[in-house]
This record gives sequence, C-alpha cells and structure tokens, in this order.
Amino acid sequence: MNYLWPIIILISFLFSIFNGNIQNLNNSIFSSVSDVVTLSLTLVGNMCLWCGLMKIIQETKLMNLLIKLLNPILRWLYPKSKDNKEAMEAISINTVSNFLGIGNAATPAGLKAMEELQKENKNKDELSDSMVMLIVLNTTSIQLIPTTVIAIRASLGSLNPSSIILPIWVSTIAGTLTGVILTKILLRRKKV
Amino acid sequence: MIYFSSIIIPLIISIIIFCGLIQNKKVYDIFCEGAKDGIKMTMKMFPTLIGIFLAVGMLRSSGLLEFISNIIGKLVKNFNVPSEIIPLAFIKPISGSASMALATDIISKFGTDTRIGMIAATIMAASETTFYVIAVYMNSVKAKKSRKVIIPALIADVVSIVTAICIIK
Repeated sequence: MNYLWPIIILISFLFSIFNGNIQNLNNSIFSSVSDVVTLSLTLVGNMCLWCGLMKIIQETKLMNLLIKLLNPILRWLYPKSKDNKEAMEAISINTVSNFLGIGNAATPAGLKAMEELQKENKNKDELSDSMVMLIVLNTTSIQLIPTTVIAIRASLGSLNPSSIILPIWVSTIAGTLTGVILTKILLRRKKV
Repeated sequence: MIYFSSIIIPLIISIIIFCGLIQNKKVYDIFCEGAKDGIKMTMKMFPTLIGIFLAVGMLRSSGLLEFISNIIGKLVKNFNVPSEIIPLAFIKPISGSASMALATDIISKFGTDTRIGMIAATIMAASETTFYVIAVYMNSVKAKKSRKVIIPALIADVVSIVTAICIIK
C-alpha cells in the first residue's frame, strides 16, 4: 500500500493534466472525502447490527453447529490456526456470511478474525499464513445466493432474474479455487 | 425470487434470536454488548477508507481507467469479448459503488437477458472489491508486509471474469 497508494495518486494527477481533466480531479477529492463520511454512517449501523448478532451466535449452540459443519474445510485452509478457537469461530461466521451474500455481516466477522489471528502471530509486522488465506478468500468470496444482482435484474425487468445463478456459481468457484491454490503455493514457497 | 432475496436477512436474524431464546440467554443484553464492537471497528476503518476513496476517486476522474480499458477493449474484441464490459472488469476490483453504477447502466442499456447483460451481472456477483478488502483487512492488524497477497487475489479476479465471458454464450 505504501507504494501503490502514492503511485495511483501521482499518476492520476499527471494523466488528468495531460487529459485536460484537472477540474474533475479537483472535484473528486472533495466528493470522495464526503462520500466516506456518508458511507461510514451506514457502515457503523450495519457493523453494530451484525456484531451484536454475532455475539448471540457465539453464546449459543449455533456456533458449535457452524464450526462442526465447516471444520473439515477450514482445517485444510487454515492449518496453522485450527486450534485457535476464537479465530475459527469468527472465520466460520465470515465464511457463512460470504456464502449467503451478506457482505455486511462478513466484514465485522472477518475483521474480528484478523484481530484473533494477530494475537497468535509471531511477527506482528507481517501477515501470517492464515491471514493471507482469509484475505484472499474474502476478495474472491464464493457467493451462493447473489441477492443484490438478482434484485437489480428483477428491477430492470428480467423475465427470469435468478437464471444468472448458475453462471455466477461457475465463475465464482473458478475464481475462488484459483485464489486458494495460488495462495497455498505462495505460502509454501515463502517457507523454504 | 424477489420475495426470496427479501426474506433471507430477516429470516437469519430471527433464527439467531430464536436460538438464543430457547437456550435461555439474555439475547438483548448480549446483542447490545456485541454491538459496541461495531463502533470501534468502524472508527478503526475510517482513515483507511479516506485513503482508498481519495486515490480511487482521483483515478476515476482522471480518465486514466477509460483510456486503458478502451485500448484493451480494442485488443480483445477479436476474441469474441464484448468491449463494453472491459471498463467494468477493470473497475470491479477497485471500487464497489462505481462498478455497481456501471453494471446497472450496462444491464439496463443492453437488456437483462442479453449476453452482455448476463456477463455484467456475473462479474458483479462473482468477486469482491479486491483492493478495498485488502486495504481494510491489512489495516485492521496494522501489518506492513503484505506477503504479496494481492497477486493471488487479482489472478483469481481475472480467472472468474474470463470464466464468465467464456461460459455465457
């Protein structure tokens, strides 16, 4: 990020001079900053809602059920953290939320998992293996019920809004598998 | 189907609360206790969000993305790839709100059940806003070394977009 961020900003600045777009660029600076404030206000509501519900899940038997259900996959994905109970709980909730297409619930659970994983991380400056896997899985995110897209298609008058599900499954699974395999290779190579 | 997508979240919330009730938990107290964490998390995310939105906003308004996607659109046109979706493929990993606006625009312009409309919808659902996720997650633990996490994430994005283009005829 310390390289990418300045590069994006500087290149954008130079390109907009070359392109005669400098006025747009200037406006975008102020509008992006105020966009964040609007976004954060909705975000804080959603985060609190799902953090609260997550706490209830953790205190009930639902948690054990989730863990039992996901354990075989999660043990393989996060071999170094399989005994970290708090982290695995948060990761389970994060995974289920991604499956169901509730991004609002996935983020607080994912960040909670990062916090727990950081506690067992030996080198705090560097992402641990489990963190890398968690991040990659959240960027590719398998979605079984793509609620937003179906809603958009329905509102634009599609005859069969949910016919999109099959192509989405194939494409999201292809992407996620690629991500997982590449991450496993990347992590293995670094160890040597 | 609209009914289905509206029922899922209320249903999940009800199930969670019901499970708490039958186990005699003080669900409301637990909920409020947990909700406190949400404020802390958002406060932690705020500076990261400002940074990302600033950079993404500048990148979009500079016209650089359109410039690059125009060039790539011309290059891939020969491979039966509709050039209209290239800007979407580009902006999807960078900005969630911008890609949502663009996808809605493409779908309404070309029709929901056309090839381009279907591809746009698939791209929207098949992956997340990669840069945003990486920045927010990394910042949450203040880690400086990313261990090249961006490489598998971006290649996975490319694979899922290419898959979408290939399977939708």
